[in-house]
Amino acid sequence: MRLLGFSAIVALAVSIVGVVGCGKSDEPQSSGGPIVVRRLTQEQYQTIIADIFGADIKIGGRFEPDLRKSGLLAVGASEVSVTPAGFEQYDSMARGAAAQIVDERHRDMLIGCKPASPKAPDEACAKSFYSTVGRLLYRRPLTGEELKAQLAIANAAATKLGNFYTGLAMGLTGMVEAPQFLFRREVAEADPDHAGQQRLNAFSKATRLSFFLWNTTPDDELLTAAESGDLNSSRGTAKQVDRMMASPRLTAGARAFFNDMMAFDAFADLSKDTVIYPKFTNAVIADAQEQTLRTITDHLLAAKGDYRDLFTTRKTFMTPLLGTIYRVPVETKEGWEAHEFAADDPRAGLLTQISFLSLHSTPGRSSPTIRGKALREVLLCQKVPDPPGNVNFNLVQDTKNPQFRTARARLGAHATQATCVGCHRLIDPMGLGLEQFDSLGEYRAAENGAPIDASGELDGVKFTDAASLGKALHDNPATPSCLVNRLYAYAAGRPAGKGEAEWIKYLDTSFAANGYRLPDLMRRIVTSDAFYRITAPETATLSVNTAATLKESAQ
Amino acid sequence: MSNIARINRRTILRGMMGGTAVGVGIPLLDCMLNTNGTALASGAPLPVRFGTWFWGCGLNPGRWIPEKAGAGYDMPAEIKVLAPFRDRLSVFSGFKAMVDGKPAVVHYTGSMSILTGTAPKDMQSVEAPTFDTFVADAIGSATRFRSLELAATGNPRDSNSRRSSSVINPAEGSPLGFYTRLFGPDFKDPNAADFTPDPAVMVRQSVLSAVTDQRQDILAGLGATDKVRMDQYFTSVRQLEQQLALQLQKPAPLEACTKPGEPSWKETKENTQIDIVTANHKLMAGLMAQALACDQTRVFNVAFSDATSSLRKAGSTVTHHQLTHEEPIDEKLGYQPEATFFVDQIMEGFLTMLTALDSVKEGDGTLLDHTLLLAHSECSYAKVHSLETLPMFIAGRAGGRIKSGLHIAGNGDSVTRIGLTVQQALGLPINKWGTGSMETSKTVGEIMA
Repeated sequence: MRLLGFSAIVALAVSIVGVVGCGKSDEPQSSGGPIVVRRLTQEQYQTIIADIFGADIKIGGRFEPDLRKSGLLAVGASEVSVTPAGFEQYDSMARGAAAQIVDERHRDMLIGCKPASPKAPDEACAKSFYSTVGRLLYRRPLTGEELKAQLAIANAAATKLGNFYTGLAMGLTGMVEAPQFLFRREVAEADPDHAGQQRLNAFSKATRLSFFLWNTTPDDELLTAAESGDLNSSRGTAKQVDRMMASPRLTAGARAFFNDMMAFDAFADLSKDTVIYPKFTNAVIADAQEQTLRTITDHLLAAKGDYRDLFTTRKTFMTPLLGTIYRVPVETKEGWEAHEFAADDPRAGLLTQISFLSLHSTPGRSSPTIRGKALREVLLCQKVPDPPGNVNFNLVQDTKNPQFRTARARLGAHATQATCVGCHRLIDPMGLGLEQFDSLGEYRAAENGAPIDASGELDGVKFTDAASLGKALHDNPATPSCLVNRLYAYAAGRPAGKGEAEWIKYLDTSFAANGYRLPDLMRRIVTSDAFYRITAPETATLSVNTAATLKESAQ
Repeated sequence: MSNIARINRRTILRGMMGGTAVGVGIPLLDCMLNTNGTALASGAPLPVRFGTWFWGCGLNPGRWIPEKAGAGYDMPAEIKVLAPFRDRLSVFSGFKAMVDGKPAVVHYTGSMSILTGTAPKDMQSVEAPTFDTFVADAIGSATRFRSLELAATGNPRDSNSRRSSSVINPAEGSPLGFYTRLFGPDFKDPNAADFTPDPAVMVRQSVLSAVTDQRQDILAGLGATDKVRMDQYFTSVRQLEQQLALQLQKPAPLEACTKPGEPSWKETKENTQIDIVTANHKLMAGLMAQALACDQTRVFNVAFSDATSSLRKAGSTVTHHQLTHEEPIDEKLGYQPEATFFVDQIMEGFLTMLTALDSVKEGDGTLLDHTLLLAHSECSYAKVHSLETLPMFIAGRAGGRIKSGLHIAGNGDSVTRIGLTVQQALGLPINKWGTGSMETSKTVGEIMA
């Protein structure tokens, strides 16, 4: 049965890893935060169905757009609901999946029992199926009421339609479109170790752990640890964390986080002019994202590298298709191969990868402003103020003007205006550092025949080109602290609250002390008490780098 | 007699459709109507429909506002293309959005002011539901879909129909997806001879009612905000239950309804290219007209382009939006010719929508006559993001509930006067609407029938 296979594979991966988060004595007090109710993302929904029922169950349908809040879809997930059009799609996806699960090809493998007659209800078989999958779908055992309601549907449907399997599928449809599945609702309980305080209950804790580390529903072993109460102890938690962090699924979890932080969902709506950029295809978009995610997970998880080195590393991975844009030879005929750019190559670090360069450009040309804004907002967690409403662009931005042939020249003229200079000074200099790469991310030394000057400065640190911009980003203190903030908000489903300021500062310090290693940071978060501490709802949020402070610091 | 006529009509239509979605006007036979042509013979009045049609980046000052007020107004260059519909099209000029000290959020404040009556505080906030959702709740509950949203740009996020900051009715971006949703296996042809209720639909209803039965348990213990979110979820479930209930009833025959053929359409990554957007929109407009004629919905929202118009010509490095800011004004012409190319294309798109609605004959007129279509942008002069004199049009007569073919000069009044007027015309029981300086109880009396 597939759903047992899933946990069996994971169980094999158990190993003991050094426990960083064991000594909690130095952990500062934290208020914790409110419980959150998160809608599953598209990727989570798909992964869960594949984990429970197998990857060959096709999910046809479109998901409602996710919402990005505080830089993350994972935070927006705590704010979204389901519209009528969205529910229609959930219904259609649930029916489609359920029909496949009970079809002749899958039923024996996935249902785990056979009805006395395929043409009539069989309560015992339906009960065993719903209890098993229901626990994985709802991330806790079904209540007696829930199971009763499921069986009532299955029985009535099987009777009406004269088919056990159709009846079973109808009940399953209801579970896959139920709020208990679509929304991860957390539940708090009194913390017996800290009088007067609240913590997540064991199932909610298992769910947070599993979605953070693996981006999917808790597996059988984790749920068992929740059921037995093991997960309520530091020891029990550490044991599960060790197991989960040693699993190859940690890569999927880390990819999901960076996919969100880097805003790769925007690729779905990205459009490029294929007359100007004939190499821009869906295959390139897919490879470009994969390249970045591979670079990140290889460096942070496999090599246990320093997070900041992602912005300077010359190591990456290539496909033949990407090779045509990076203009490097790729030996492999299909799939991926490791590649290292030469020390004098203009490319170094994530900023010079196609994913960043093409995602933050207009359809027809590169944009230092958009790229600079993305660098500030995505990688430094700073909010760039919106442009004023009455901007006068009269002076500039005519690409045919022989006086202003490069973007630097055009923006320079624009930035002489007092209303514009404040913000453009924050975003253009670093964007201009990437001007040697066009809207697709291909290298160019000149624009309209004029050589491109890629020098500039980032928060007072001068650079001469994209590679040294990467170095400046590497050395910027906001770079690792942004990662800490995003990672915590991603895991908690909300930005850190005011009462968590000390705790976040502590994470910053320990991240630095451990050489900016992501796995250590993740472990520190999930083995802490602070992560599971719950306060009354609706606390004010801590703003890390507000527009106001950013503007002040630039003046 | 009527049976024979119907067979002939439908046979002809099948031949004419030829596999694409085109609204074809066929006169309704007199015997199907009551004596004055405003209702079906069954006695049910022809339904009134409401739609919005949105485009980004406004129009050019001095090139669209008629000089003459009232009926028989002149049609300056940018709206000249709409001349065939002048008598059923009202132009609103001089109505503005007022922000009351809030920031004028570029490419957003204008549309949200028109649709919610309240200026947003930032790019992501929706301070009140857009009023199409009120209209949908009032007139859309008897149809299969309470409302339908479309984006010719293919991007589901290009939808102005919002119940809150986090409940945005997603737009359908694919003509084929839209076709399947409407006319796929769940479509019940109102003119089909036979009707058998599907037992599987009854079972599906019971599945959904088991979900909604848990509402109280699910809502218990949640904070106020999460309660609202979960309640929205249950509202959505109930709407699907209602859709299924309709599938179990034999639909009343609708002479104007013809199931169109599947559109031939190819998905592309170039959803901002003007010729592709125009083609998508044309298919969508035809399908929408049929959806309305078949009474699948009575409320619809169409976005021709996004607010920061990313329309562009094939092979061009710049978008419409960039051009509005960056293109120099041609001294001889007095406007930005490249940017204005897109304005002309957009108004052609509006014409396509009007033509699609008008080509479905219904009762003594056309579908357009039974529709109130509000077309608007999010700014007037995009170059400076002006919120003065936001371009707005109302097409159709809403089944005689409004007068049409007028130019109304607002003289600096709030845009909310139009929203209030539309809501009242469609029978909503409100007498004032909007907040702050935009609160108004003054309708545009000239267009009230």
